[in-house]
Amino acid sequence: MPGLPFDDNMSSGGLVAKASRGDNAAPLSITEISTRLKRAVEDQFGHVKLRGELSGVKRAASGHLYCALKDEKAVIDGVMWKGNAQRLSFLPEDGIEVIASGKLTTYPGRSKYQIVIDSMEIAGEGALLALLEKTRKRLEAEGLFAPERKRALPFIPRRIGVVTSPTGAVIRDILHRLADRFPSHVMVWPVMVQGQGSAEQVAHAVRGFGQLPDDVRPDLLIVARGGGSIEDLWSFNEEVVVRAIADSSIPIISAVGHETDTTLADFAADRRAPTPTAAAEIAVPVLRDLAATLDEYAFRQRKCALRPVDLGRERLEARANRLPKPEALLQQSTQKLDDLGERLRRGLADCASTARERLQADRARLSVHMLQRPVQEGRLRLDAQGNRLGAGLRQAVQLGERRLDQAGAGLRPALIRARIDRARGMLDSFSRVLPQLDPDKPLERGYARVIASDNRTMTSQKAASAEARLTLKFHDGELEVVTGSPPLRKPGRTPPASPAEQGDLF
Amino acid sequence: MEQTAPDISQLSFEDALRALEDVVRRLEGGEVPLDESIDLYERGEKLRKHCQARLDAAQARIEKIVAGPDGKPSGTAPFDGG
Repeated sequence: MPGLPFDDNMSSGGLVAKASRGDNAAPLSITEISTRLKRAVEDQFGHVKLRGELSGVKRAASGHLYCALKDEKAVIDGVMWKGNAQRLSFLPEDGIEVIASGKLTTYPGRSKYQIVIDSMEIAGEGALLALLEKTRKRLEAEGLFAPERKRALPFIPRRIGVVTSPTGAVIRDILHRLADRFPSHVMVWPVMVQGQGSAEQVAHAVRGFGQLPDDVRPDLLIVARGGGSIEDLWSFNEEVVVRAIADSSIPIISAVGHETDTTLADFAADRRAPTPTAAAEIAVPVLRDLAATLDEYAFRQRKCALRPVDLGRERLEARANRLPKPEALLQQSTQKLDDLGERLRRGLADCASTARERLQADRARLSVHMLQRPVQEGRLRLDAQGNRLGAGLRQAVQLGERRLDQAGAGLRPALIRARIDRARGMLDSFSRVLPQLDPDKPLERGYARVIASDNRTMTSQKAASAEARLTLKFHDGELEVVTGSPPLRKPGRTPPASPAEQGDLF
Repeated sequence: MEQTAPDISQLSFEDALRALEDVVRRLEGGEVPLDESIDLYERGEKLRKHCQARLDAAQARIEKIVAGPDGKPSGTAPFDGG
């Protein structure tokens, strides 16, 4: 049989075989045969489940969905009436492998058979992912996921809208973490997050938040769902949700499934959080951190407030340091003063010594010159006078000498010489007489002269007898003799000198 | 550049915090003249108080949207965090 996946109980089915039944060969009308065929097909294939790839998918204006299911060798048309088509949990697309459930029926007007699909599911996870990828590419091509569409999240949202199931761990996790970090005003829009109609609810909630009046509208949305299979999360891959998120006037954080699950809603959201708890962490800062930051700023600000003062003080000090020290300022003057003082002293000393020198010079001049000069002058004058005097004297002397000479010349030498000759003659005569008159001359002839101890010459016996001792003087010596008579008188009282002595005197 | 006090009340927390940070940076930069630094400090204090007030006002308030028959929100009700 051609490769249609008929059930076992349908193996005997066939148009020709049926038609050949009956012994009467009366021909059947087309309508009759078509009706009988239809009945047969619908009886036999009242409920079939076909697996095939969608092809020629077309949604009519009526809302009915027309398509074909095919495999490598066969194809069968299919139709899904509006009511069922609306309940599809995915958007049928060509190339998606599906499992369609329904009944076979014929379309006598066109000699066709087809399957009326009651429900259609994607044939396995691989097919689902393929569909997801196709949808993603399509929406991406539209620019729904473009980075430039992403909006910044408010730093501290005034109100946070949460689109999620009102029950379960997700909302608790979010509220708990929000309370931990930054207690906030949260508005929950309860939705189903799974199953029929959930995508519409989510999309409706997202749009609904955006349509709230300004005074209650949240400024941040969180669209969240807990972890699950790809099928569980499928609502968040649906285009209606993706478009609602992309079009939202309010920034959105998506938190669907676990970290490894990525839905198209995540692509469309402004931020993707790996988990609902993480969404809460992204949504609000930590109040304590902010308070600490504020405190730190306050501290730093307080610290800084006086910094210009400190800076000013430093700069002042820097300049003050560059000011010369008072000592240094005075040093030069001090040095100068010292110098001047030294010079003054030296000058004074110099002056004194100069004065002294001058004084001494003066004194010298005074003593030697000044005094001597008048003296010299006096002397000179004296000399002059003396000279004059001497000259006068010499003149007088010369005059006298001349006069003496004149007088001498007038004197006759002979006159004087005669007198000298006469005197010399007298002297000669006296000289001849004189030796004869020597009292001791006679001694040579034997006479002795008696002299007393006091050298008086005894000229009389009387005188001699008065002496105890006498000396006899010979011409060649003296001889001491003793008289016989005691001395009458003291030797000092000797009589005056004898005539001989007188003669001796002469 | 210099904003007056009334503007601060209009600032969002983030802007006020940023402004405060800017004030602190400028103060720390040390380039601000002394007189201006005093004004700056006062402004920083106002910004800080503004931010602090925002933090102090933070409190949890959980509501849920109540939808009317038309599916549109008709109001809010306390959310009991099921």
